[in-house]
Amino acid sequence: MPFSSLSDIQSRLNNGETTAVEIAQLYLDRIAAFNSTLNAFVHLDADHVLAQAAASDAYRKEHGARALEGLPIAVKDIFCTQDGPTRCCSNILEGFEAPYDAHVITKLKEAGAVLVGKTNMDEFAMGSSNETSAFGPCRNPWDTDRIPGGSSGGSAASVAAALTPAALGTDTGGSIRQPAALTGITGLKPTYGRVSRRGIIAFASSLDQAGPMAGNVKDCAMITAAISGHDAGDATSVSDAPAIDWLAACETQDMKGLKIGKPKEYFVDGMDAAVRQSVEAALQKCEELGAEIIDISLPNTEHAIAAYYVIAPSEASANLSRYDSVRFGHRCDNPEDLLDMYTRSRDEGFGSEVKRRILTGAFTLSSGYYDAYYLKAQKVRTLIQQDFIQAFEQVDVIATPTSPIPAFKLGEKTDDPLTMYLSDIFTIAVNLAGLPGLSQPCGFASNLPVGLQWIGPAWREDTVLAAAAAYEGATDWSNQHPAEFNINGGES
Amino acid sequence: MSWETVIGLEVHCQVNTDTKAFCGCSTVFGAEPNTQTCPVCLGMPGQLPVLNTVAVDKSILTGLAINAHINLESKFDRKNYFYPDLPKGYQITQFTVPIVEGGYIDIPTKDGGEKRLGVTRIHMEEDAGKSMHEGLDAVSHIDLNRSGVPLMEIVSEPDMRSADEAIAYLKQLHQLIRFLGVSGGDMEKGQFRCDANVSVRRKGEPFGTRTEMKNMNSFRFIKQAIEFEVVRQIEIIEDGGEVIQESRLWDSVKSESRSMRSKEEAHDYRYFPEPDLPPLRVSQQEVDAIKAGMPELPGELRKRFEAEYGLSSYDADVLSQTREISVWYESLVAAHPSDPKRCANWLANELLGRLKEAGKDLADSPVSAKRLAGLLDRVGDNTINGKSAKDILDDMMESDDDADTIIEAKGLKQVSDTGAIDTIILEVMAANPDQVAGYRGGKDKLMGFFVGQVMKASRGKANPGMVNQRLAELLKG
Repeated sequence: MPFSSLSDIQSRLNNGETTAVEIAQLYLDRIAAFNSTLNAFVHLDADHVLAQAAASDAYRKEHGARALEGLPIAVKDIFCTQDGPTRCCSNILEGFEAPYDAHVITKLKEAGAVLVGKTNMDEFAMGSSNETSAFGPCRNPWDTDRIPGGSSGGSAASVAAALTPAALGTDTGGSIRQPAALTGITGLKPTYGRVSRRGIIAFASSLDQAGPMAGNVKDCAMITAAISGHDAGDATSVSDAPAIDWLAACETQDMKGLKIGKPKEYFVDGMDAAVRQSVEAALQKCEELGAEIIDISLPNTEHAIAAYYVIAPSEASANLSRYDSVRFGHRCDNPEDLLDMYTRSRDEGFGSEVKRRILTGAFTLSSGYYDAYYLKAQKVRTLIQQDFIQAFEQVDVIATPTSPIPAFKLGEKTDDPLTMYLSDIFTIAVNLAGLPGLSQPCGFASNLPVGLQWIGPAWREDTVLAAAAAYEGATDWSNQHPAEFNINGGES
Repeated sequence: MSWETVIGLEVHCQVNTDTKAFCGCSTVFGAEPNTQTCPVCLGMPGQLPVLNTVAVDKSILTGLAINAHINLESKFDRKNYFYPDLPKGYQITQFTVPIVEGGYIDIPTKDGGEKRLGVTRIHMEEDAGKSMHEGLDAVSHIDLNRSGVPLMEIVSEPDMRSADEAIAYLKQLHQLIRFLGVSGGDMEKGQFRCDANVSVRRKGEPFGTRTEMKNMNSFRFIKQAIEFEVVRQIEIIEDGGEVIQESRLWDSVKSESRSMRSKEEAHDYRYFPEPDLPPLRVSQQEVDAIKAGMPELPGELRKRFEAEYGLSSYDADVLSQTREISVWYESLVAAHPSDPKRCANWLANELLGRLKEAGKDLADSPVSAKRLAGLLDRVGDNTINGKSAKDILDDMMESDDDADTIIEAKGLKQVSDTGAIDTIILEVMAANPDQVAGYRGGKDKLMGFFVGQVMKASRGKANPGMVNQRLAELLKG
């Protein structure tokens, strides 16, 4: 019962077996029981959740059900919401309440979803372990000594422990896919421009994209269908994106004629052996389902991390300048003058990883270094994009591991930012190229979930969803849940 | 050894759009602080810019009017610096690829010729808000109504060789932008602000070190500031010193400039491409359509007014000052075609003068071109004299009556009947026998006295030409 898919809940609501209020209460009970262990939620207003659920039941009665009627969905603390605080898990946004909803939040509300709280994340989405959150780390339901991945760690943990059946995350360098992989759930990063970024607190504007995290492929498709589409308020949201039949893509059951590219740069020494084994086995399974596995090369992959850690901090250094304590957010006590107010407020408000990235970005953009860093990184980005374009002349979709390693222990990598950065080695190139990417569970390494990543050509989320749905249908990995949480909330 | 001044100018010109450059807020000047703001121009988290295409079209129009190249693809960049009235901590501007490049403006020279001054580029950007410190104790106030208002920055080549040339360029540009309707150009409201880059060199030598005079909004101050700076730099060099590259601020009260910041203290703006806005693409067809809609420019208009209507260069200049005046003038001529010069006089001197006194623009003129033409018709056919016509125009400013109605009501019809005029003259002569004797004794100057008396007796209605003629006749005796 706790690990129900959105479509299960939807059919139970549709045939009158249950109500949105009952469903909301069930998940609120689970959050009440388990959040102290996991720290997945940083803000929750139970009354407001129940009020939304009651309103949804009333709407259904009056007008019938909308696409996500009555379905509880948690959202990462990076989405601005009018109801309650939006903190991006940072102290700099102390006391901040947005007077507007992010575009995707509006879309979810319009589809009838019940929004459940704000989930934990790395501060300003800068991190791969959820350890940089101002609200403390979130824990992995499969092993609470371990991190759930990041930056959308709270959303991942919430879904993995069935505190909500689904959640929204954002993905700048892997922040949906990596935590999805590390917690054994499914997460989709859509093509850049598919989903509006308006009202999502910006980390790296040319890379950020919002997407769903859920228990299976179809649930991800349902949510993406609801949140995607052109928004005139975001100039990077694409108005002529090819339309997709999101749900039809998930009906795919085999892989006959599908050409899957296996890039040699994603199967390398140094990655966890069991992870590699799980992904190789998954590809074998795909072959059995009728796919053709083709060895390919994405030669510029090795430069992706370096390019990303120039481009993302550069954009972030400017995006985070607005947190200057002048109009909102944390301000230091008794500033002596303007400079003191700026420096002390920002010093107190930002955590060390955020500061590291602001400084890195300010450096790489500075006069005399711009050409050597930012400009060169943009050239590398173009090369990476070209690698994918060439690969997709040969294959329909690319399959790789999502993360080179399974979930690591809390504190294991916090002192070594470079090792931490390497945990995104297989996800980052997808953001640099703006492509759709999906992670789904494909096995275990030392009892920890392993993720299989699908990468598609731009705007071909349908190809990605079809491959993932076929794999999911032929395996049982998506039905594996952490035992500790596989009980009803009230009984724990 | 003679010194040569080298000047380049950067003009920040507010583009007159209803809404801001990247959001839907109003740009109306003078509203209560922070009432014309929204999450976008307040720099709130997650908010994104959406480009105002009216500002784009007006920038293109300006570029076309200075014969410049329009970049069909231009880019936006972020210029990073911290200041409380800059909500995002960066200004969206065009750094690497501006929308307009390589134009020119011709200014008149003293010898009656023209000098061509290069315009390097015009780029689009957003204005910052306003910080207020005066009269406040230990706090500053910030008004973000101006935050995000669209600007064009118009950058010249270092082609000017004197303060006078700089002013001529600025006046020409100022007229042009108002003429095109791309900017209100109101300098007091900060809609037209100028930075001047000034250096000096001995003739034939390479450019000297320049200083930048920041943010001046009056032609007089700009001229003073440049002249002050030229003298200051020459003195430094002649004393064996070196000019320091720096930004300087003109103090219009003390009539001197002072250093703002040196090159070493200059900001590193860390420009980089604005990821929230895709490259700005316009098609050649769009540019052509804007070009097709471009009005006749002041220079062409001035020449045409002189040739077509026989106006003096002064009148032609006044009537081509703004597009509004020129259009008004031509509709007046259309309604009173017999005498375009009379139209010019009455518009330039009488109507505009009265409007200025009333604090009104031509657009708000209570007297339409048609009504003014009705008055000029009566001047033309000698129904009234010029003095009465001016009085009638005063009345027309206050009422909706046409000239004929007022002439009738006030009995201002000019007396051109010889008999009636002779009667008045004879009465005046009878009342002033001494002056008659004096005139006849050779005091020709008394003629003025008689004209005055006759006009007075006729209550201004007598035809002045006929009065002169008949007086001369009758006084001979």
